[in-house]
Amino acid sequence: MNEQSITLKKKPNLGRRIGDEIKRNFVLYLMAIPVIVYFVVFVYLPMYGLIIAFKDYRPFNRMGQGGIWGSPWADYYGFGNFVKFFQSPLFWSVIKNTIYISLLGTCFSFPAPIIFALMLNEIKNLKYKKIIQTITYLPHFISMVVICSMIIRFFQTEGILTKLITLLGGEKQNYMINEDAYRPIFVGSGIWQGVGWGSIIYISALSSIDQELYEAAVIDGAGKWKQLVHITIPGILSTIVILLIMNIGSILSVGYEKTILLQNDKTASVARVISSYTYDLSFGEGNSDFAYSSAIGIFQSVVNIIFLTIANTISKKVTDSGLF
Amino acid sequence: MVYKPSIGEKVFNLFNILFMALMIFICFYPFWYCVTCSLSKQADTASLMLLPNGFTLATYKDVLAREAIQKGYLVTIFVVVVGTIINLIMTTIAAFLLTRKNFAIRGFLTWMMLFTMYFGGGMIPTYIVYTQILGLEGSILVLLIPGCISVYNMIVMRTNFNGIPTSLEESVKVDGGNDMHVLWHIIIPLSKAVISVMVLFYGVGHWNSWFNASLYLQGTEIQPLQLRLREILILGQTAAEGDAGDVSTMAENIKYATIIVATLPILLVYPVIQKYFVKGVMIGAVKG
Repeated sequence: MNEQSITLKKKPNLGRRIGDEIKRNFVLYLMAIPVIVYFVVFVYLPMYGLIIAFKDYRPFNRMGQGGIWGSPWADYYGFGNFVKFFQSPLFWSVIKNTIYISLLGTCFSFPAPIIFALMLNEIKNLKYKKIIQTITYLPHFISMVVICSMIIRFFQTEGILTKLITLLGGEKQNYMINEDAYRPIFVGSGIWQGVGWGSIIYISALSSIDQELYEAAVIDGAGKWKQLVHITIPGILSTIVILLIMNIGSILSVGYEKTILLQNDKTASVARVISSYTYDLSFGEGNSDFAYSSAIGIFQSVVNIIFLTIANTISKKVTDSGLF
Repeated sequence: MVYKPSIGEKVFNLFNILFMALMIFICFYPFWYCVTCSLSKQADTASLMLLPNGFTLATYKDVLAREAIQKGYLVTIFVVVVGTIINLIMTTIAAFLLTRKNFAIRGFLTWMMLFTMYFGGGMIPTYIVYTQILGLEGSILVLLIPGCISVYNMIVMRTNFNGIPTSLEESVKVDGGNDMHVLWHIIIPLSKAVISVMVLFYGVGHWNSWFNASLYLQGTEIQPLQLRLREILILGQTAAEGDAGDVSTMAENIKYATIIVATLPILLVYPVIQKYFVKGVMIGAVKG
């Protein structure tokens, strides 16, 4: 009897504890199996595929050579594909195009939802406000293929927006094959797609500002402008900062879906961004340079992380708020 | 004290109301324009139409009679239904596991999932692994399984599950039920709102997706609607611009009808679902 109570007090060994845990949470472990399998096979295994960026990749051949692991390492201690990109005549043009469109996005697409949310906040009629929200979120839910085919239709020679441009004194032409028009169309349609949906997060930040602050400000004689500067903007500043950091952290990520759908031979020289370039190198006509485009993909991620870290550090010093 | 708006404020309010009216017009009219063009006998695509230019439904008959569109519709409907069911099952289980406080590998699971929000294989390595190792090329599974758990959606769900009082599940445990019973009889019935948000998020995502199909299902019969659309409306278009218009002979009003046929389901359910969408985003936004 006595001996037994002593053994009970002792911590059971590890194997026993694991056994107990599995017995106790057996159902949970059963449920975890598909989740773990999914993540390991479909999400983590592709990360293993990243090593082809450092390889002279060849698909499996009949001799059983090649493949992800079997291909020989690239030159320059495995960094050959990166060196090839840096030396490529297209390197600067691709980087320039990407940063150009990104910066246009930061200057125009980023502030647009903020301004829209602030203006919407001044609409006091709730029913009208609701209608505005419902309709401005709409473009966000329409598929990229449909959006792009609408853009292409509207800007062709007989398109309705081309008509509008000619009424404003512009030339009548197919703007989809005009290099100078590509960027404004890309960024402008991006604002149209995202301004309503992007404002949701600011609207929710605005609604969490204490209403008593405004009442106090009115009693103190502050007008609308002063309320905006001293209460509203500080109230949503941390949200703005976090989203701005994330925006800067994706400086080299211009969406490939829209680029692939909108670009054509005539506009490729300004449209080609890093993500669409990696796509073209792998899947474009006559191309299948998988290792090279993987290396470019890694380059993009590394630069993004560097920019994210810099933006975060600056923001922490200046505004005291940051992402991490 | 009655608050009196100044003249500047009145001017601003008027301007604001007009600005918002313009926003409504800009966001809604392009779709209405497509509708009017598609119903017109002869689409005058360069003028601001409020009503169709001569009413016809022949355009829709033409579009719906096309085999490519019919097949595309079938594939898309299958993917939306089956894909969303898989999404729901997997996301619910994942979120539920992360709410189990005395589950030894909960921390591990959390990190395993959150890590993938920031790191991934990227387009090309993923393509290589999926085709060379997993052999997914040409299989419809590639539209159903990858992305079946969106970590962002999973977090939204977990936040929601965490809000359910634990006393309720204790009552199930007292009656001898296990965690499966807790999930089925307590958590799911109390989470109908968030589950409907998920149905909508995932459903619209499947409806609109085209990219994976274009990578993995090239040259097969499994072409979702969006890919068919791309073929008809975008690839045909660019080809026509290059070769003086001998490829794309489809009339403009029929092209617009194609756009509407592919978008109508979204346009119809949209007014009903948009309030849930906003709710879903708000839950996620609060938690960061």
